[in-house]
Amino acid sequence: MPATPMSKAERDQGHARVFDLSQHSLRELNEALHKLTPGSNETAWEVLNPKGSHSVAVGVDQPVSIDVRGSVGYYCAGMNDGAAITVHGSAGPGVGENMMSGSIVIKGDASQYAGATGRGGLLVIEGNASSRCGISMKGIDIVVHGNIGHMSAFMAQSGNLVVLGDAGDALGDSIYEARLFVRGKVESLGADCIAKEMRPEHIELLQGLLDKAGVTGVKASEFKRYGSARKLYNFNIDNADAY
Amino acid sequence: MCGIVGLFLKDKALEPKLGAMLSEMLVSLSDRGPDSAGIAIYGAATGNEAKITVQSPKADRDFRGLDAELAKAIGAPVSVAVNSTHAVIRTTPDKVDAAREALQTLRPDIRIMGAGEAVEIYKEVGLPETVIDRFHVRSMTGTHGIGHTRMATESAVTTMGAHPFSTGADQCLVHNGSLSNHNNVRRELIRDGMKFETENDTEVAAAYLSNRMAHGKNLGEALEGTLSDLDGFFTFVVGTKNGFGVVRDPIACKPAVMAETDQYVAFGSEYRALTKLPGIDNARVWEPEPATVYFWEH
Repeated sequence: MPATPMSKAERDQGHARVFDLSQHSLRELNEALHKLTPGSNETAWEVLNPKGSHSVAVGVDQPVSIDVRGSVGYYCAGMNDGAAITVHGSAGPGVGENMMSGSIVIKGDASQYAGATGRGGLLVIEGNASSRCGISMKGIDIVVHGNIGHMSAFMAQSGNLVVLGDAGDALGDSIYEARLFVRGKVESLGADCIAKEMRPEHIELLQGLLDKAGVTGVKASEFKRYGSARKLYNFNIDNADAY
Repeated sequence: MCGIVGLFLKDKALEPKLGAMLSEMLVSLSDRGPDSAGIAIYGAATGNEAKITVQSPKADRDFRGLDAELAKAIGAPVSVAVNSTHAVIRTTPDKVDAAREALQTLRPDIRIMGAGEAVEIYKEVGLPETVIDRFHVRSMTGTHGIGHTRMATESAVTTMGAHPFSTGADQCLVHNGSLSNHNNVRRELIRDGMKFETENDTEVAAAYLSNRMAHGKNLGEALEGTLSDLDGFFTFVVGTKNGFGVVRDPIACKPAVMAETDQYVAFGSEYRALTKLPGIDNARVWEPEPATVYFWEH
């Protein structure tokens, strides 16, 4: 997808520090981001010409905003702890892996294992996510505007996965306590994952997530909830069929 | 890991640049596999000429005087265009089998990389940049091509273990992944008359496709068959005389990105490989679905 130019409003927000990856190395960018200290005035960053680079803006631990203009490769924004990172393009495998807090917005699509093992924060994918989205998630909230691929939320432990489109095969296989909300159809459910009742507290939680992710024109009541049947927590011979 | 690329041109104006574009794509993926690299490039088939790409560890000795000796042995005109350790032998299409046989006695050290009316295959140990420079791939023209940079897991790092693998006329395949049932499949294919040059898993996949097509399947059907008959991890990119195809195993953990414009269809293990293609910012870019066959033909 074409990189969207910075809007006037964005430019007026402050003096964004522009980092052009066709002029500087990725390591220089990440070092500069890692040197940020609490209270730094450099709160707005813009990264140009990522051209599928790996590990763009990984390990940022200060509440700064980072706009990446173009598509990125593996592991973008991994381990994010507090930054607001927007990719104006698509992301390769492992975007937002192990995010702790903050937010990541992908304007295009995300490849496999988006948000894997994430512990907190919000990951929004405005296009589709492919396989293993939210695998082993441990507290992150993930909102996908499009569809997600197979084996998503595999062994998901906690947090929320919201999908406005469809989900692929084996959704939520071996899931623990994460909540999965899918508006479209689910190709199949994985072992020990079942459809569950949408109670008022779930509607309220989901509405909050949709609002936080900037989703409009979609009602929480349009979603179905899926979660763990809790048969596989400990081995019980009576549940052998559930594996 | 391994890195694979493919480029299928729709716009004839780009044909003179095929080698340069494919080279750029492959070099960008060098860090996915530093062991060896290879490229298959397809030119327009004329129908009255066949090409055999051969390699020799002693190119100076083996290629000297080969044209005259081979022409005499098969009773047909032969030309030999030497390109570093490789040479492209041209003769009439009905003499390909005779030429292959004659080469075994005339030049026992020569290895055949591939044969057909359109394809030329160049592969060696080394980084993509080195291999591309060695064979002057950037100046090559053609209609479509595929390439591979290898991180070996299943068999030795040798010229013959490099991709693409070709096991049938104008057919070749590059692979990212590893197959776990290749020994069984190889045994079955040998029983059915297929011949193998290496212990490599990818060669089995290539031979599987050639075998199915020899039994009357089209490429799409043969690729469908890999999903049930081959066990393991794979993203395959396959070239034929007129087209190229892509298939990923149902787990699809080996990465793949595709892009399509009015001018071309391109495949890369990563988006990085596609960033220098013309018009990429407005191309349709997508990740091919698991267990789904994609195929384009001229």
